[in-house]
Amino acid sequence: MELKHESNSQATRGRHVEILTGNHAASHAARMARVDVVSAYPITPQSPVVEKISEFIASGEMSARMIRVESEQSAMASCISASITGARVFTATSANGLAYMNEQLAWAAGTRLPLVMCVVTRALAAPWSVWTDHQDAISQRDTGWMQVFCEDNQEIYDTVLEAYKVAENDNIFLPIMVCFDGYILSHTTMPVELLSQNEVDTFLPSFNSHLKLHEKIDEPVGVNPVTLPDPREGFPGYMEFRYRLQKTIEKAIDVFEDIERDFASLSGRNHGGVVRGYKMEDADIAIVGMGSASSQAKKAIPHLREQGIKAGVLTIRLFRPFPKARIREALKNVKQVVVFDRDVAYGLEGAISAELKSALYNRKHQPHVQGFIVGLGGRDFKTEHVIHGTKMAMEYAEKNEVPDETKWLGVDK
Amino acid sequence: MVDYKDPKSTIAAVQVPSEGEAGKTGSWRSFKPVFNPEKCILIKSEKARCHICWMFCPEVAITKSRPPTINLDYCKGCGICSTECPHGAITMKKE
Amino acid sequence: MMDMIETKRLRPDDLPEQEFLLPGNRSCAGCSMSLYYRMALKALGKKTIITVPASCLTVLHGLYHKTSVKMNVVHTTFETTAASASGIVAALEAKGLGDEITVCGFAGDGGTSDIGIQGLSGAAERNTNFIYACYDNEMYSNTGTQRSGQTPYMAYTTTTPHGKLEHKKNMPMIMHAHGIPYIATSCSSYPQDVYAKFKKAKLFTGTRYIHTLIPCPPGWGFPTDQSIEMGRLAVKSGIFPLFEIIDGKMFLSPESERCLDPSKRLKVEEYLKLQGRFKHIQPEHIEYYQEYVDNHWNFINQFL
Repeated sequence: MELKHESNSQATRGRHVEILTGNHAASHAARMARVDVVSAYPITPQSPVVEKISEFIASGEMSARMIRVESEQSAMASCISASITGARVFTATSANGLAYMNEQLAWAAGTRLPLVMCVVTRALAAPWSVWTDHQDAISQRDTGWMQVFCEDNQEIYDTVLEAYKVAENDNIFLPIMVCFDGYILSHTTMPVELLSQNEVDTFLPSFNSHLKLHEKIDEPVGVNPVTLPDPREGFPGYMEFRYRLQKTIEKAIDVFEDIERDFASLSGRNHGGVVRGYKMEDADIAIVGMGSASSQAKKAIPHLREQGIKAGVLTIRLFRPFPKARIREALKNVKQVVVFDRDVAYGLEGAISAELKSALYNRKHQPHVQGFIVGLGGRDFKTEHVIHGTKMAMEYAEKNEVPDETKWLGVDK
Repeated sequence: MVDYKDPKSTIAAVQVPSEGEAGKTGSWRSFKPVFNPEKCILIKSEKARCHICWMFCPEVAITKSRPPTINLDYCKGCGICSTECPHGAITMKKE
Repeated sequence: MMDMIETKRLRPDDLPEQEFLLPGNRSCAGCSMSLYYRMALKALGKKTIITVPASCLTVLHGLYHKTSVKMNVVHTTFETTAASASGIVAALEAKGLGDEITVCGFAGDGGTSDIGIQGLSGAAERNTNFIYACYDNEMYSNTGTQRSGQTPYMAYTTTTPHGKLEHKKNMPMIMHAHGIPYIATSCSSYPQDVYAKFKKAKLFTGTRYIHTLIPCPPGWGFPTDQSIEMGRLAVKSGIFPLFEIIDGKMFLSPESERCLDPSKRLKVEEYLKLQGRFKHIQPEHIEYYQEYVDNHWNFINQFL
């Protein structure tokens, strides 16, 4: 059920608030971004994103072509070729569906296509679990895609629109995943303010890409042939293309922040850019997380503060590119960092924890970092885990201990 | 803007059509087609229709002209034209 | 419909002179795929977007930053020809160009009947408006001649050193089961027929499937100048029947009509003995192979 509240003020005419699930917030954003092609395959908990889009198309509210493909591999492959042909595309998936796309994800990034995909995060089987953690998205972090993690449904709607703007930026042209937690956001309703179509059209003009084959019929080209180890007649070899990709994704942090500012001045909503602090102004301890892990951490702050522990939360919104400098800046006054990962880089530790350490290494200010693995496969990540973990970390810091083995919370050992 | 003809600005591997992409593939040849005009039906009769050699050439190395000409820069010497010519107008000679 | 689209028997010089394939490309000497592709592109014409998976055709298209093909091409991964085509079709339809630009996927036999069959089946079930062209050299030629689902009985490949024990997968009939509007088989040895079938396929809307046998000199083990003859023998022996299935009805192509009479079929041995890949074949294999081909014609007869 969607309740509509029309906005009356002049500047925001046409805006309205709807009570939406995270999934439907994403569907509305795709509709208002006027995507040309949607190609997707059902998987829990993503399916309602595409079901809603199907309703929009059936009712004429959206004019996109929809490909009801027979697999996620085909979903991403068709998105890639549709984008190359000159269409703004959208897709969404979860867990094993995302894993099944793996080869195509690298292909999309290597072709520098401005695709937007919602990843409704879910644990990666086996064994089967339909519930949330971040393992699916984290497993695809090295494919060359940008990755943003959202914390509420308004942020999902806003981020999908921002994502197109970033991906289609002349200096970027890279695909982007908008990740949000399965069930916790995907199936939970919240009020979401939708911009007017006019506002969206102003923010997001027609599709911008470096490749639009439908315009090249008289000047044909071949896209993605075999490249050589070395440059050929001055043209890039494989490595030069990959160098350009990395240099571009490094630039995406600034571009993302610029676009966030534009979006904030349009919508009046600011999601903090690439990292977001909560009670960080006077914090000695930073609790770091993404998505639902971060919102849970915020709930623990009053309890910690009551006990005299000056903790704040640093939410990593943009995970790829990893905003190293912004993170260092945000952590410059803290003594201690506690990271909660809803994922495992198996054989090492939590992915965020490991990456955060690498961002701090070889720098003057090196706060003590302790990571915890929490909330896998939909296991409740609770306020008490945050409090307990923070206190454990403080003890390690006091004793100057940095345990090599991973620390897990909320698991029967 | 991205220009695929400019190696500096290109960001994706986009290829443009070019003859001799693999170089002068005629150098791969061990047998060379030799055209014998006196046997070519297109020369013997102005009204004749043929161009079988042109049609069958996998390399696009024979022209659809009267008489056909063979582009030795690119002919890989497969010998299909010689085998398929019903008039024996092309013979293969060791390079 | 048949009357409307019946194409006259073409002579070689009826074929258009315009080439979309350029000389000096990377295909092997005597490559039937080159010849076939050249004909198919002539029929498809300029207003086409092609999609090609990892295959010999990728090699023919050439190394970055040049290509030997004057047509828009989207290279795609091994298994995604039909999905890639689906994306191109959807984008063109979204741009209002769905009727103006033809979309054609060209994949090898492995890319079609093995790794790509899921995507192809999905696209055909959706009756996606494109031509799917399978060029069949009966093995993974590009990776060094390994066994594919299209490798015939007893053929040597690098992964069947004693010959394959199973028969070729019947892709055209699998596609027939999808109920698509146009299916054809062709062989590179009959270039006018290849051209005509692509021309005809263009007249239909929905998924069209053309399966073409392309003898591979290095893969099959025969001299390069025999590429054309080898395909002819495959057709004349009835091993590779040429037909069309139009709106569900099968029509034998003239080249294969004589095979209806078992006595007019060339013995399979005449075809097998010329190829290195069948060098090890024993008389009992030949007998079994002949029986299989004869039975296959009984199967085909049911559809005529």
